[in-house]
This record gives sequence, C-alpha cells and structure tokens, in this order.
Amino acid sequence: MTDQNEIERDVMEYDVCVVGAGPAGLAFAIRLKQLNPEQMICVLEKGSELGMHSLSGAVLEPAAMDELLPEWRDAKLPIKVEAKDDKFFFLTKKKAIRFPNPPQMNNHGNYIISLGGLVKWLGEQAEALEIDVFPGFSGKEALIEDGKVVGVRCGDMGVNADGTPGSAFAPGVDIRAKLTVMGEGCRGSMSKQLIKRFELDKDKSPQTYGLGFKELWKVPAGRVTPGSIQHTVGWPVDTKTYGGSFLYHLDEDRVYIGYVVGLDYQDPNFVPFEAFQQFKHHPKIKALLEGGEILSSGARTIIEGGFQSLPKMEMPGALLIGCAAGTLNVPKIKGIHMALRSGMFAAKHFHEKQSSEGFDKVFRESIAGQELKKVRNIRPGFNKGFWFGMMNAALETITFGKLPWTIKNHSDHDALKKLSDNATPERPYVERDLPPRDRLASVYFAATEHDESQPAHLKVADTNICATTCAEEYGNPCTKFCPANVYEMIDDGNGGKKLQINAANCVHCKACDIKDPYEIITWTTPEGGSGPNYQNL
Amino acid sequence: MKILVGVKRVIDYNVRVQLKSDGSGVETNGVKMSVNPFDEIAIEEALRIRESGVEAEIIAVSIGTKDAQQQLRTALAMGADRAVLLETDSEVQSLDAAKALLSIAQKEEVDLVLVGKQAIDDDANQTGQMLAALWGRPQATFTSELTIADGKAKSLREVDAGLELIEVDLPALITVDLRLNEPRFVKMPDIMKAKRKPLDTIAFADLGISESPKLETVAYEPPPVRQAGAKVADVPALIAALKDKGVL
Repeated sequence: MTDQNEIERDVMEYDVCVVGAGPAGLAFAIRLKQLNPEQMICVLEKGSELGMHSLSGAVLEPAAMDELLPEWRDAKLPIKVEAKDDKFFFLTKKKAIRFPNPPQMNNHGNYIISLGGLVKWLGEQAEALEIDVFPGFSGKEALIEDGKVVGVRCGDMGVNADGTPGSAFAPGVDIRAKLTVMGEGCRGSMSKQLIKRFELDKDKSPQTYGLGFKELWKVPAGRVTPGSIQHTVGWPVDTKTYGGSFLYHLDEDRVYIGYVVGLDYQDPNFVPFEAFQQFKHHPKIKALLEGGEILSSGARTIIEGGFQSLPKMEMPGALLIGCAAGTLNVPKIKGIHMALRSGMFAAKHFHEKQSSEGFDKVFRESIAGQELKKVRNIRPGFNKGFWFGMMNAALETITFGKLPWTIKNHSDHDALKKLSDNATPERPYVERDLPPRDRLASVYFAATEHDESQPAHLKVADTNICATTCAEEYGNPCTKFCPANVYEMIDDGNGGKKLQINAANCVHCKACDIKDPYEIITWTTPEGGSGPNYQNL
Repeated sequence: MKILVGVKRVIDYNVRVQLKSDGSGVETNGVKMSVNPFDEIAIEEALRIRESGVEAEIIAVSIGTKDAQQQLRTALAMGADRAVLLETDSEVQSLDAAKALLSIAQKEEVDLVLVGKQAIDDDANQTGQMLAALWGRPQATFTSELTIADGKAKSLREVDAGLELIEVDLPALITVDLRLNEPRFVKMPDIMKAKRKPLDTIAFADLGISESPKLETVAYEPPPVRQAGAKVADVPALIAALKDKGVL
C-alpha cells in the first residue's frame, strides 16, 4: 500500500474550495464571485466532464435560476421544454386511475431540463467568471487541523489494484482553503465523513433515501406531446413500499421516463430495477415506448428525509449545501431549485461573515428552509403505508404544514426484514420485452467507465459474512438493489459462494452505502474521471 | 528541435454514438468530446522525447471550431509549450487537414510531426500519410517504439508479419500506435499553468487552402440491430437450423 504520509503532494491555496460541480456547488461559486470578484474559488468534480454524473428528473422551478443568472433563459441548453399539462395516476396492474394533482406537483411555468445540460452551462458561466473548475478530480478526504476543516485532499491517480503506485502515478493535490464547501450531492462520501466527525446529525431524525432510475427514450414519431408531465403511484410496488414514476415528454420524439423507490422498503428480495422495468410494461406506458430506443440511462439515490433529517449545515471551516446536506423537497419531487438556493444563501453568508458559523440557522429561516419545513410530514406519513400516506399528505397540505408535530424518519439500512419473516409479497410481474434486458444492458447506456487496474472503490469491511450471515438472514440484498450489478455472489470453487465486486460497473448511485443492512459497504471515490458518462440525463 | 503534434477533437470513446434525429450526421449536442486517444499518445511521446534530454519545443495544433481550444488546453496541461487552433466551422477532410497541418509545419520549420495513426471518429488513417507526401519528407507510420538520435528517427512498427524497424531522416512524420506509451494524467497545477500558455487562433480560411471536399457523404445510417439468438433443443435441431440458414 502507498503510505499516505510519505507521498510528496503539491499544495494549492484558494479562498474557497467547493467539492462537487452540481447545481449547489456551482451556484455557490458563481454567487460568491458575483458578490466579490476577488475571491479565489476552485470547484472539484469527480466526473470526467461537467454534468456527466448529474441525474435528475428534471422539472426545474426557474425562480432560483432567474435570480442567479437571468440570462439562463436564452441559453442554448440541450434539453429545455416548457412544462404544459400535469397528470397524476394511480396504477393497478392493468388500469390507470386519474387522481387529482397534488398541489405541490403543479408545474405551470416550470421547465423540463437535463440537469447534466444545465450543470455544463453553469460550469461555463463559472469559468467565464474565472472560477477554476476541475473536472476529473475527486475530493478524497477533508483536511482537518485543530478541529477545523482546512481543505481537501484530492484522490491519487494511477494507483495499481494492490494499492501500490503505478507507472503513471500522480499523487492527489492538497487544496487548502479558508472555507470548504461540500456540494457532493446525495450521500457524498466526504460529506458522510464530516457528518460523522462533527456529529452534524446529532438530535436529528435519521436520513432516509430513495433510489431513482431514469432513461431517455426516442420513440416513434407522433406519440410525444412536448411538455406533458405524468406521475404515477401504485403498481408495480405494493402499498408498503414507497415508489412512483415520472414521465416527461420532450421535443424531437424523446421522453424521460423514470422510477423512484423509497430505500426504506422492507422486502429483502425486492429488486428496485425490476420494479422500474415492470412499470414500463404497464399497458399505459408500454404503448408509448414500444418500437423506440433508449438513448441513455442511469440511476442515483435521492434524499427523502427533508427538514427533520437535515444535518447541521455548518462546521468549523466548512459547509454542507444542496443534497450533500439534503435539501430536496420530496412532495414537489424537486431538488434543483433548493440546491441552487442553498448554494446562493451559503455564498451570501460567507461573503458577509467570512466564516461558516451561523449558516445553519440562516438556511433554516430562509425561504428555502421554510419551504422544506412546510412539507416535512408528508413523506414520513407514507411509512404507515400508501393510503395513510395519501390522507396524511392531503391533511398536511390543506393545513400548510402548520400542524404542531413532526413525524420522524427512520433509517433505511435497518428497514429490511429478515427472510425468515416472509416479507415478500406476491408480485405478479409480466414477462418483459422492452429494453434493457437486464442491469448489465442498462449500464451500457450509462457509458460508465472505470480503469480496471485501480483498487475497487467499493469497500466491504467484512466479506466473510456475505456467504454466511447475510446469505442466511437477508439473501444478499446488495445483489438485488444495486442498479448496476456491481455485487455478485459467485462460486468460490469449494462448493460455496463468495462476493465478487464488479466495481467497474458502478454508476455512483450510493445505494449500497445506504441500504446494506450491516452497514459494512463504504462507497469511496474512484480515480478522478471514472464513473458514468451520462448524456442529457 | 521543434515538434508539431496534431490534436483532434473527437467524440469521447465512451460515448454511444447516435445519429441526429434528421439523419444529417452524428449527434454532438450534449455529447462528451475528448482528445483523439491516438493523438494523446502522440503528445505523450513528444513530452518523453523532451524529457529524455533533447531540447525541444512542442507545438500542439488542432483544426476545428472554437470548442477545440478545450482539447488544446489539455495538450498544454500535459506539457506542450504552445498551441495553434486553425479555426473553421466546416468539416475538414483528411487532405485539407494534411495541407493545413503542413502549412504550420513549414511556417514553424519543425523537425518532427507526431500524429495519431488515425482519429477515432472517421477512422480514415490518411492525414499523416498525406502530410508526409505533400511535405516530401519520410514517414514512419504505426510506430510502437520510437528513438530520436543524430538527426534520425528509429521507429518500430507493428506490421502483419511481426515487427519492422525502420530509420528515417528528420524532418519526418511519425504516426503513433496504441502501444507506444501510456499518456500521463494531467495534474491540477499544470492545468493552471496551461491557462497562461499561448494559444493562437488562425482562421482556416486564411491558410489559402481551397476547402473543396473531395468526398461527399451520401447518407448516415445506424448499424443494423443484432438479432436475438434462439435456443434449440438438441443436436439434430441445431443441424436442421443451420441447414435452414444455408450454413451447412
């Protein structure tokens, strides 16, 4: 192994180092530079290019973009379609029953966009403002001195599988900064370290997550109504499982189709990817897709914990913004405007105070924090099943979230029931014929790439329990929830099974880090530039 | 010595190439673009020549839209000294690309031109050879090992029969193959340095090359979809199926 202390590293100094070039991080950098052009800011991005790891529905509520960069409306984005009509359905296996639109889902004035496309454009604006944006460089760990975050160590490049430096070895740079801003997105690996180190989740409800799948399809001419938005709940998941779909009609005969499953599901045999594929075979959906082709696909976990699970967003020398903290508005199923706003508020705060101190309060009291607080009880209401959740959501909505209680979230890793509890309901799934055939075929459309000579970036602390305790208790759920087939139990040559980690397939969704019932899987950053290369997702 | 390195901006090798919806070409909107991997090897080789002790100035040249500056910045961050963009919005075919690169090679009086053996977008494998011919200088193509000494270049080439070692007088043109080297990772401080390195832009139209495409693209079509396989019950059924397809 390489001794981390013996490597000579370049050191670069900045006023602010932002980790993650998503909407939160870029909005932070751009707003701070607008307020003070003297600030030296760098933005690290583990994707090979900006937007390559960004995946979202995405319907954008434009007000935050209008405030940040009003010229975005004239920008040439790869996908930008004005939202038109909204429809909300409850699905049974064969039928679709129209439900009234939940008011949070009214999309008038919004735009269907590709988050990757928006991020790429934001990155160009950042560079024009002389912000140093570094795609292809991952933030590996925070540099902490005397209880204060003082910067970031970037990941090494060219490390052999056994951990020794390879012929092209390039040690990661140390970036030292007055402020470090974590904009890694949902379940960021460094954010996770910092939340633990500074106990930022103390006295908060546990965080809870969803796993989202998304595909971009080109369908035969004449089927698409640009701007049409449709959401469904119900089939193919049972009422104990939180899940729903989105379907957004784009231009040029293209549609976004996706499915989100709450990672608090209980059945260890449940395969979220299969639920998404089954949904696509509902008669109402299949008719749209049949004969079309997939252009790209991907998966990403999303935050579902809301206000009560939001960790303290500040620590000495650093801030958490966007979904690295967890600012997504679940009932609206929108996170981009919240990420942008959290970044902008953080920039304003740092500009005024020159410190991270006090930001948590500022955010919670801001319009973004209040937006989140208002809807805090809707998602946890679904913990008691679908119908209770629907009624609770209606109640919370008509009372504007002013009811004097807050429903707690529970953590996802301990939500699974054991096999012996017989938690698997009957699932009358249909035989599928739409692509992709399986998860491997789906990964192909994510264009994911990891140099296979590097160490596996998914660390399993104890692989012995995989074939023994876990197989017996849960039947190796990692082999079922991973959307990219990274985890496989294979023949160990002695009549038993062993875990094989196909790290090169990973699409960086982080589901394993969240859902593994023994909490022994840790997602770490691979070599910079690795991972999916999403196109227009 | 002066080394000219060709740097082409191409669709990244990880991208699933798709046709534009109107069938007029390949979709590049929202698509990741990179330095042609063979050109990256050419840049790396130029750097290694310099690092071996030969005093060398490395000039990276690209032909294309303003966006190709991005790929030239990559070359500069790897270690090239300066860059030149021959800017045009039109498609440039191999012969015109060869003429354009040659005009810079002559203007700069370079001793060595290093280019990838082919670009991974059109896979033409022509520009290098055409450049050498127009230049009237020797060429060593598909080089997988290169040594420069005493005004000569020794190139080990991968050919059908095995390996071939040839020696050419400089100035010469070398096209590089996959096994020549493994390009280095770009370092963050070098990206910052690259921002300050000179990058000149010359309008392609000012080179005096008549942009007269010799090839006309008639149509673009995706490759046929692979048909799903079928399972047969036993050997006689397999033989029957193969006979059916006219294979047996």
